[in-house]
Amino acid sequence: MNFIDAQLLSLILFVPAIAAVIILFFPDGENKLIRWFAFGASLIPFVLSLVAWFRFDANQPGFQFEESYVWYEAIGSSFHLGVDGLSLTMVLLTTLLTPLAILASFTITDRVKWYMMLFLFLETGMLGVFMALDLLIFFVFWEVGLVPMYFLINQWGSANRNYASLKFLIYTMGGSLGLLLAIQLLGVLFQTFDLVTLYERWNSIDPATPLLGMSVSTVKTVAFWAFAIAFAIKVPIWPFHTWLPDAHTEAPTAGSMLLAGVLLKLGAYGFLRLILPLYPDEARIFAGVLALLATAAIVFGAFASYAQTDFKRLVAYSSVNHMGFVVLGIAAAALAAGTNDANIALNGAILQMFNHGLSAAGMFFLVGVIYERTHTRDLEKFGGLFPLVPVYGGILIFTSMASLGLPGLNGFISEFLVVRGSWPILTVYTVISMLGLLFTGAYILKGIKKVLHGPLNEHWAHGEHRLTEINAREVLVMVPLMALILWIGIWPAWILDVINKAVVTLF
Amino acid sequence: MNFPVLSVITFTPVVAAIIILLLPAQRKNEARAVALAAAAFALILSFWVYFHYDQAAAGYQFVETYRWLPALGISLKFGVDGISAPLVLLTGVVMFTGVLISWGDDHPHVMAGIQDRPREFFAFLFILAAGVFGVFVSLDLFMLFFFYEIAVFPMYLLIAIWGWVVTREYAAMKLTLYLFVGSVVSLVGVLAMYWVAGQNTGVYTFDMLEMEKAGFSQAFQNIWFLPVFLGFAVLGGIWPFHNWSPDGHVAAPTAVSMFHAGVLMKLGAFAALRVGIMLLPQGAQTWQWLIMLFAAVAVVYGAYIAFVQKDLKYMIGFSSVSHMGLVMLGFSTLNQTGLTGAGVQMFSHGVMTALFFAITGMIYDRSHTRQIPELGGMSKIMPFATIGFIIGGLVSMGMPGFSGFVAEFPIFMGVWGAQWLVAVIASISIVITAAYIMRNIRQVFFGEMPEKLEGHMTDVTVLDKVAITTLCLFMIVIGLFPSFMVPMVEKGVENILRLLGGA
Repeated sequence: MNFIDAQLLSLILFVPAIAAVIILFFPDGENKLIRWFAFGASLIPFVLSLVAWFRFDANQPGFQFEESYVWYEAIGSSFHLGVDGLSLTMVLLTTLLTPLAILASFTITDRVKWYMMLFLFLETGMLGVFMALDLLIFFVFWEVGLVPMYFLINQWGSANRNYASLKFLIYTMGGSLGLLLAIQLLGVLFQTFDLVTLYERWNSIDPATPLLGMSVSTVKTVAFWAFAIAFAIKVPIWPFHTWLPDAHTEAPTAGSMLLAGVLLKLGAYGFLRLILPLYPDEARIFAGVLALLATAAIVFGAFASYAQTDFKRLVAYSSVNHMGFVVLGIAAAALAAGTNDANIALNGAILQMFNHGLSAAGMFFLVGVIYERTHTRDLEKFGGLFPLVPVYGGILIFTSMASLGLPGLNGFISEFLVVRGSWPILTVYTVISMLGLLFTGAYILKGIKKVLHGPLNEHWAHGEHRLTEINAREVLVMVPLMALILWIGIWPAWILDVINKAVVTLF
Repeated sequence: MNFPVLSVITFTPVVAAIIILLLPAQRKNEARAVALAAAAFALILSFWVYFHYDQAAAGYQFVETYRWLPALGISLKFGVDGISAPLVLLTGVVMFTGVLISWGDDHPHVMAGIQDRPREFFAFLFILAAGVFGVFVSLDLFMLFFFYEIAVFPMYLLIAIWGWVVTREYAAMKLTLYLFVGSVVSLVGVLAMYWVAGQNTGVYTFDMLEMEKAGFSQAFQNIWFLPVFLGFAVLGGIWPFHNWSPDGHVAAPTAVSMFHAGVLMKLGAFAALRVGIMLLPQGAQTWQWLIMLFAAVAVVYGAYIAFVQKDLKYMIGFSSVSHMGLVMLGFSTLNQTGLTGAGVQMFSHGVMTALFFAITGMIYDRSHTRQIPELGGMSKIMPFATIGFIIGGLVSMGMPGFSGFVAEFPIFMGVWGAQWLVAVIASISIVITAAYIMRNIRQVFFGEMPEKLEGHMTDVTVLDKVAITTLCLFMIVIGLFPSFMVPMVEKGVENILRLLGGA
């Protein structure tokens, strides 16, 4: 047990990558074996992160389970890992969603081996971002996650996949270019990339000493925007969101689940882990801009979602809408850092990240379930399917309601907290976003109505096109998600407790 | 007297070349086997040198000195430091893999490898390799120059005889003339250094360790730095003297392209560093801005030109200009991080580009075209080569987790320390590189296979796979564990910094 104790985070981080390498040596045709092996391997990090969750002491400030190894001494970067309540929540989300996504991919028959390997590498990439306490390591994993996702979309995606995958890659890489340069700047100034050190030293820099021939505030402002744009593209914040609907629409189902469930969270996590602590002043100055963009994302995301005729695009735009609340919470916290309202907003934002991970992954999966049976995502081609697939219909309604923010389910709690926290800080924006919520209800109901209700499209009722009910494996994917959705909706204290303590100690 | 490992490494290819030429002409496989054995031997020895280099002691190690022409102060003096030891290893790796992929395949549709006069081919290739090893280990300026010319000359024959029929004569001529002009210019500078050092110290010698102490005046250094540095840097493909390089790459047979981009361009950069910057450090400080300017243009311009290429080999050729620009950019920072990054980048780019050219050659041998739009769907036929090309592509993009990132990151940090605006401008190349690499991978390996290629394509051979694996391993190991190479390069850089600071 000592070994596991000492390297808990490294184990969680590298078990998927090691499993991927092992899969490389499996014979090509053994699809069944590879699937179950990948699924089993992805359960190990989940179990380990549950261990971490229960051993985590929320009352203790700072990072826990810290590990540090020599990595790149020449430029002052070490392999430093550690988690606080914020990152642990995200780690749990990632390790939960990955096995479910792998389970959802059991219908993939084309090059299963490579598909599963990419998935497991992707998991390592995402987990690394959440665990890194070294800026360079953060960036390493930030970029590493891109590659598997690019190939998942490019190789297993639908018709327009080349365009979508390249757009995804270029947008994200273009965005992280500024991040790269800003990280280099910090490295040159401080000769270290250790986050904990940087938090202190970057903020205690004497504003009078010029940096690179410019005033400190100019340098900080530029660096702030370099960070902010990289993360804004990933979240994505309007108007940087246009890669997202394309990527989602073309990605394979499980790819969308992780893209929406975890990858978008990386951007929001970047805001919380790096921007708020490193640039508190700039964040306060530009919080208004952020809030404006977040409100735009909420409102336009909802409108755009309502206008879609493609079921998957509808869900994709709903991500823009929901992630807008995360950013709104962050903006409020940046503007009034340290106040009680700010902490509430931040609690809401972080919980919303977790919740959106559950519900978006569920929604994308459900779209995938019906797409696999009908080979269409066109909402006009469905209709009245509820009597044919009552179980599926029930699950879809349940998950949609979580997304809509029905009290009693998880979405309500987090959105309420965000709105409650930002109300006194950013009243006008909050009011406008609440109006956006109205359209959230509209597009969700539109989705349900077009698929389940209305006149039955006879095409799906008879013969070879007869729609089959959701099967046991697919239900198994949804059960953990639905259970958590309900549990957090009814009794959120278990998770909010951890998040809240992290928020209070960090900011 | 210890085992003279460096001279054994340097002269192994020469001996092998002689043995190969003594074999009867029809004995092609025997010639190949001798070549492979010699290459493996040189590779093992260069590994040995790499791992036995004592980092704590630093400085020049495995030093051997033989009297050669004492009257003129010329001796055969070998030794490696933290900069050259990785390059010796690189040469061993490229030589070994180059022989592997030249072995060939007797499939009816495929003219893979070297089928025409393999004896002579390997003999010339090995003389080239001997020259390259010689430059990296020479501590005597005359000998460095001597080996430098030996490395350059066989390129002409290798390209003109075994090259791509369409442009081989033009390219061989262009390449040779460019490089000769460059080396003549630097030779003049070398002679000037020899005389002035002799006047200053009273001892006329080509020993570089002695010349470092010659105390060249500021004015002398200002005048002679540029000819010496740029003369050598022509071979490193520095903009605006890079034009020979893509033409040479395209016309050269696969193994020669691997050598050319993998190690020969390093030769130019290495000589420019060793002779230009280390012997004329104050001149380097004076002209730092110009080198930085040239390098920055090369980085961005090279990437852009690579982006618009239709010919796979031209694309890689120009991407080499861009990546070698990063090496020069690292040199031009004249600081610890930048120079360290440049040292690692020389190795990283060497294995990466050797891999690119190897795989491009494998495709060309089977499809007889390098036009990107005429290729497609290779992943189904040659999955192993596809993975190799993707890994090379990720290195080229500077993707973290691979050696390219480990090398480029400190270069950019070094540039931040020297002139931040250049770092911002040069970083544009990263996105351009990502775009062209990904676009081409998609088209060549995953696109629709053109009808006329259907049925004509075969998978790569086992030897090809060994070569691909070898090259990929280095890129991954350095990417995951920078300490495999970086501390060693740092030791070499400390010496350069000492010269820059104490000059």
